Amino acid sequence: MNRHMIPLGVFAALLLLFWVGLGLNPNIIPSPLIGKEAPKFELPELHNQQETVSNEMLKGQVTVFNVFASWCISCRAEHHHLLDLQRKGVYLIGLNYKDERRHALGYLSQLGGDPYAKIAFDYKGDIGIEWGVYGTPETFVIDKKGIVRHKHTGPLYREVIENELLPLIRKLEQEV
Amino acid sequence: MLPEIGQFLMVMGFCLAVVQSTLPLVGAQRGQLSWMRMAPNLAWAQFFVLAVAYGLLTYAFISHDFSVAYAASNSSVNLPIEYRISAVWGGHEGSLLLWILILAGWGVAVASFSNNLPIAMSSRVLAVMGMVSVGFIGFMVFTSNPFDRLMMVPVDGNDLNPMLQDPGMIFHPPLLYMGYVGFAVAFAFAMAALIGGRLDASWARWSRPWTTIAWVFLTLGIALGSWWAYAELGWGGWWFWDPVENASFMPWLLATALIHSLAVTEKRGAFRSWTVMLAILTFALTIVGAFLVRSGVITSVHAFATDPTRGVYILVFLAVVIGFSLILYAWRAPKVGMGGGFTTWSRESVLLANNVLLVVACAAVFIGTMYPLIIDALGMGKMSVGPPYFNAVFVPLMIPLLIMMIIGPLVGWKNATFKASMVRLYPVIAVGLLAAIVWPLAMGEWGIIVAIIVFVATGIVGTFVVDVIPRIKAPTLTGKLARIKNLNISWLGMHVAHMGMAITIIGMAMATGYQDEKDVRLAPGEVVEMAGYSFTFEGVKSVRGANYASQYGTVHISENGKLLTTLNPEKRTYDKHMGMPMTQASIDRSLFRDVYISLGDPVGTTGAWIVRVYYKPYMTWLWTGVIIMAVGGFLAVSDRRYRMKIKRRLTGRRDENQVVVD
Repeated sequence: MNRHMIPLGVFAALLLLFWVGLGLNPNIIPSPLIGKEAPKFELPELHNQQETVSNEMLKGQVTVFNVFASWCISCRAEHHHLLDLQRKGVYLIGLNYKDERRHALGYLSQLGGDPYAKIAFDYKGDIGIEWGVYGTPETFVIDKKGIVRHKHTGPLYREVIENELLPLIRKLEQEV
Repeated sequence: MLPEIGQFLMVMGFCLAVVQSTLPLVGAQRGQLSWMRMAPNLAWAQFFVLAVAYGLLTYAFISHDFSVAYAASNSSVNLPIEYRISAVWGGHEGSLLLWILILAGWGVAVASFSNNLPIAMSSRVLAVMGMVSVGFIGFMVFTSNPFDRLMMVPVDGNDLNPMLQDPGMIFHPPLLYMGYVGFAVAFAFAMAALIGGRLDASWARWSRPWTTIAWVFLTLGIALGSWWAYAELGWGGWWFWDPVENASFMPWLLATALIHSLAVTEKRGAFRSWTVMLAILTFALTIVGAFLVRSGVITSVHAFATDPTRGVYILVFLAVVIGFSLILYAWRAPKVGMGGGFTTWSRESVLLANNVLLVVACAAVFIGTMYPLIIDALGMGKMSVGPPYFNAVFVPLMIPLLIMMIIGPLVGWKNATFKASMVRLYPVIAVGLLAAIVWPLAMGEWGIIVAIIVFVATGIVGTFVVDVIPRIKAPTLTGKLARIKNLNISWLGMHVAHMGMAITIIGMAMATGYQDEKDVRLAPGEVVEMAGYSFTFEGVKSVRGANYASQYGTVHISENGKLLTTLNPEKRTYDKHMGMPMTQASIDRSLFRDVYISLGDPVGTTGAWIVRVYYKPYMTWLWTGVIIMAVGGFLAVSDRRYRMKIKRRLTGRRDENQVVVD
């Protein structure tokens, strides 16, 4: 009898998991980073391995820090918005998360270009952990002093950009 | 008035389902013939009222009755008629109505084709199906009424989601649901056998054709979804490991295991409790799938607009149905005998390995799909699992499974000798190795993964040849023809399905391994070369469709200076969904390659565009293989032994199919 009870036990555990899952919203994710200095990192640049990209580059101007990967479907959906931001003069730094270099390069050329000033190549995903990356894509807004001011999880879309991102960037640009 | 009638009919269907799930069951326990005889009539009545309700909802769409909230949010005045009909299943409520209509349809099919079953058995099967109906109709009646009215009737509706305005989307959901819901039949047979306490070979024989047919529909449904993604999403991919894709793929993996384990139970009487377990799990996964898609616990491109009460409802339903089944299993299974024994080298062993691999593969997909939810539920943050995980885990599990497909048919039941099987396998292996060396080289570059796939695919076809030759051997041509005519249909179905799989994996391997792609900026008149073809971009013009504006591109493809064909990739903006431009790829398909063009974005003001050109070898094989798999499934079901009366057993004739009868 005991052996045949095992499926029942597994099933009960699963039900519990689903029950807890129902109370959660996969789209609302608080970030402990907001109001704090951006985590330190130093990574090779995606296009040019000799070059390094570090958290120092986030200072001195308002920066949009965007985490993406070529295997991520939602990233493709937001890519043209990033290109748009770049055209509007927004300074973008990319974090290419757990990706293959050639896949990432192919992805950028496939989707109409590279909107980022620099792209940090995070092959192992270590830096992603520092930043608390839960899933790609994620977008952070960092002020001139290098402090994280805003985080958006999931793909960017027009309303978010026009109502949240751009007003915030303009406001931060006024700050000294 | 009509929508209210529709709602009334749904409630009536609910009541009929309640009666269907109780009376015949009690009748079967107490031997009340008149109660049992009501089961088929109740199934028909339920189907009838639901079909009329479904017709009324469709009428609301066709007649632009936007006072019905569901029609207002999924249709519009300018939506073409074919999409108005398919928009009925374009959202949560309507797709649920289609779901229960199909469930009732399966009920009617079981009622019609079960004359050769003992009446107690067929009554229990229909009663269990009635219970499943109660759950799903209740879901609709209590949480998701498609006939809800709007107080303020809008002048025009919100239009169907542009992603669903594609011919592939017309047939994808019905086929998928036919498969999904069909596993309720296999589940009902398993439950009926557990309730009746008779888990023998005849139970397996009765439920086999139903399982296979459901599997065929699910296979076609999944493939159609993949076909749609390939043509519609505009970047040439055909499988994305999206949670909802996984929700349909997991039952497919288990159903594939179930088909094979049912074969063992039918032919040899072994694996009985395991087979019942698989039938329960396959069905459980279809409900879990419904939960994932319709409750909002997981983010996905497919997810319906969600509402927490729906999630709670399905969860409770899942807990009751599957919890009860597992308790019944824990109670009855220990009393089930072991069936025929077998040695290490036997077809039973190969099929056991097949089952283990499929279940492990399913578990791997399940873990990958659930992992974000588990981490979240434990309060450890949020994360997503991408294709890198799935590809790394899934492919290594599939290779040994495919090798089993070469060995299995050539190994005898019960107790085979390794030597005898190997004698038959040597030529298969030799041909497979030869193909593995030559075929990839002919494609231009030898790679180990492609070579392995070519080896197994050729091996599977080779196995068929080795298996069929002795069966059609005869001295004369007429003798040969006679023997071909007498070939066992379900045996042939198995081989055909296997060969379909071989063709599909060749398509997958070649398309993945040898595809070529280019993203180029092209001004009108400019040419790009790829894989021996030249693509001349003629520019993009604005065209108006029924409910969308299109940027309509024209690209001429020529080979050696001769015009081959003209493709028209499009970028559509639907009037009601301006923020969501749709890429309509244009594909020239042929036996050995697809040429695939999609439009990126315009560049500058000179009429130049980013154009994506893909060369995808053997894509047609991928789809053709799936159709052949489905044909194999149909052949297997058309075997006449499934239609024979069980009386045969009483005449004392014994054949291979009836070795074990309790």
